[in-house]
Amino acid sequence: MLCGKRFDGVSSVKVIAALSGGVDSAVAAARAVEAGHDVTGVHLALSRNPASYRTGSRGCCTIEDAGDARRAADVIGIPFYVWDLSERFHADVVEDFIAEYADGRTPNPCVRCNERIKFAAVLDKALALGFDAVATGHYARLVSGVDGEVELHRSVDPSKDQSYVLGVLTQDQLAHSLFPLGGSTKPEVRAEAAARGLAVAAKPDSHDICFISDGDTAGWLRGRLGASTGEIVDSSGEVLGTHEGSFGFTVGQRRGLRLDRPAPDGRPRYVLDIEPVTGRVTVGSRAELRVDSLVAATPRWCGAAPVNAFSCTVQLRAHGEQLPATARVRCESAEVAGVPPVVHIDLEEPASGVAPGQAAVLYDGTRVLGCATIARTSRSADAPA
Amino acid sequence: MSAAPEAPVAYLDHAATTSVYPEVIEVMARLMGSVGNASSLHGSGRTARRVVEESRETLAAVVNARPSEVVFTSGGTEADNLAIKGLFWSRRREDPRRTRILASSVEHHAVLDPLHWLSAEAGADVELLPVDADARLDVEALRAAIDTDPAGLALITVMLANNEVGTLEPLDEVVALASAHGIPVHTDAVQAVGQLPIDFAAIGVDAMTITGHKIGGPFGVGALLLRRDATVVPLLHGGGQERDVRSGTSDVPAIVGLAAAAELSVKRMPERAPYLSGLRDRLIDGVLEAVPDAQLNGPEGDGRLPGNAHLSFPGCEGDSLLMLLDAQGIECSTGSACSAGVPQASHVLLAMGRDDATARSSLRFSLGHSSVPADVDRVITAIAPAVRRACSAGSVSTESPR
Repeated sequence: MLCGKRFDGVSSVKVIAALSGGVDSAVAAARAVEAGHDVTGVHLALSRNPASYRTGSRGCCTIEDAGDARRAADVIGIPFYVWDLSERFHADVVEDFIAEYADGRTPNPCVRCNERIKFAAVLDKALALGFDAVATGHYARLVSGVDGEVELHRSVDPSKDQSYVLGVLTQDQLAHSLFPLGGSTKPEVRAEAAARGLAVAAKPDSHDICFISDGDTAGWLRGRLGASTGEIVDSSGEVLGTHEGSFGFTVGQRRGLRLDRPAPDGRPRYVLDIEPVTGRVTVGSRAELRVDSLVAATPRWCGAAPVNAFSCTVQLRAHGEQLPATARVRCESAEVAGVPPVVHIDLEEPASGVAPGQAAVLYDGTRVLGCATIARTSRSADAPA
Repeated sequence: MSAAPEAPVAYLDHAATTSVYPEVIEVMARLMGSVGNASSLHGSGRTARRVVEESRETLAAVVNARPSEVVFTSGGTEADNLAIKGLFWSRRREDPRRTRILASSVEHHAVLDPLHWLSAEAGADVELLPVDADARLDVEALRAAIDTDPAGLALITVMLANNEVGTLEPLDEVVALASAHGIPVHTDAVQAVGQLPIDFAAIGVDAMTITGHKIGGPFGVGALLLRRDATVVPLLHGGGQERDVRSGTSDVPAIVGLAAAAELSVKRMPERAPYLSGLRDRLIDGVLEAVPDAQLNGPEGDGRLPGNAHLSFPGCEGDSLLMLLDAQGIECSTGSACSAGVPQASHVLLAMGRDDATARSSLRFSLGHSSVPADVDRVITAIAPAVRRACSAGSVSTESPR
């Protein structure tokens, strides 16, 4: 069993350290070595054609990043290999991303990558090859719970916390994970990288989506989904304009609507809804954007699945706020066996810009309880606007 | 902190590079302490030049060439580029119809990439000829390709022995077919020196590539054996060294090291080749016994390089196997080319008719001058558990997401 003090009491376990070529994963690998583990560095090749992904220092998938990862492994003094995950990544992350947008949702590819690549394909391969765990540079903490369960908690650095994109991990996945950076702040990690002689110490953080090389998500999607014009309407159905593809929009978006006519009250308008089949995009006021109830599908729980309604906080997008809420798990039609459960989440205060496709991650204090994908949102009639 | 393996390394990657002979290190170290440009006219220059020319004579003697046929280069890649581009340019200059180049489809990238470049940038019509399931050139396909338009042929290039699967190519037949039409032939003999008898004059090719670091010599030096009557357009222009074919100040210690390594390799070849083929067959038999599913790639026995064993392990990824063996100090190769470390299926195995998965499931073990029976024994002991483990990892990485 790998619980107890989360590997700390074990003299040496065999660890695959995923090295992206950035500063965080390099320091995480160095710390795993220092903790006494037998560490092997692995860079994940996510594209067969690395030049098609981000270039320069901004992304995670380039030839330069592979070289930086290799040099970090040299400095840390661990073996280094490149694992070709390009086919899995394309099928499980890139195609999923495209399909989600085509369905009018706003996916989070980092969640998908953690769920299906880093802590699935990579972890499975590592375990099969005789390793015990995968270490990454995510800012999140793993804590041994009272009953031997591994708890996932927020990082001590709230500005870097990445527990949101890890909320999708199951107990089994968490039990085979190491997040050596969860107790540190980013400045501490950078300083440590410099002190360790890691050349990536000053490398800029990666942002945006690693497989969209120029950061133009709408343009990238247009190239794959094709332009398909649609109407932009207000909530009464009145047509305000047209667009060249509903995938260019996200619920809560304000910029780039390109509407000729201002709203009657002169206030900004926001995307309220995206209809995938017709491509119809509904816009409205900030007040209309606010929701206080949502349904999220395909829940995954870090520990045992909760049965009753429970109080929690919920985070509805990366770097989003923590919102007090009440959640309950239920089947859409409870009597029908085999129907996958969904989570109903009632927010104490309405929230804006809640986009279907994003992850709803539920917390108890700093502890992650689980994660589900936002399917639909609603606003009760008496909700304060 | 360093993850040094406890046991000494079993180095089974001599086709990638070899350790330098102690005798070579000694002579190179001595020369690195002396001043003198081989092109200078004073005493130090004359001494340097004498050393270079003696090395040229030594090298020529061990491969049965004339000293004037030795063009020192920075290594095998440069020699291949010089031969292919240089012969193409000079032959087309003589007759603009000569735009065709024929090559086997299993050449090294130092041959294939210049061919692709000439095709893309210089109007060359490159035809890559098929090989059989053992990577041996289809001579009838070569004959047919020549007969299509012999006057349009600039050159033919076929390696002496394949670097991945060790197959010896039918160079006699290539030369016979080409010489009937006066078409120059280049061969990459990088893997063959020290493992096979090499007789430049008898082979009858116009140009032959060799390199230092595959034969117990240093990196960064090689040679193109180039017949006196073969004309190549230089790649490098400058001081006019090396018959005005390859300008650049002579790297005296490296040239001496190359010649010394070639001399030692060729001198020791009669004992080493049978010794290596014995070890090789023991390795192949032992692995096939331990892993009955494994398949030998390339011909058996005398049809392949004495030091080459290349095997596929169906259901495994070669990369996983390499990693598991590396962790035990057993060093071999997947034989695949990498860009950003992303392994591509070997063009050699694909040309042999293997599918992508089989090509990716392969390992090359290459023996050389430092190989001992214990190296082979370690492979035989380690291979079956490694294959079991790699196969289980291979199956998870292809299944659908959990």
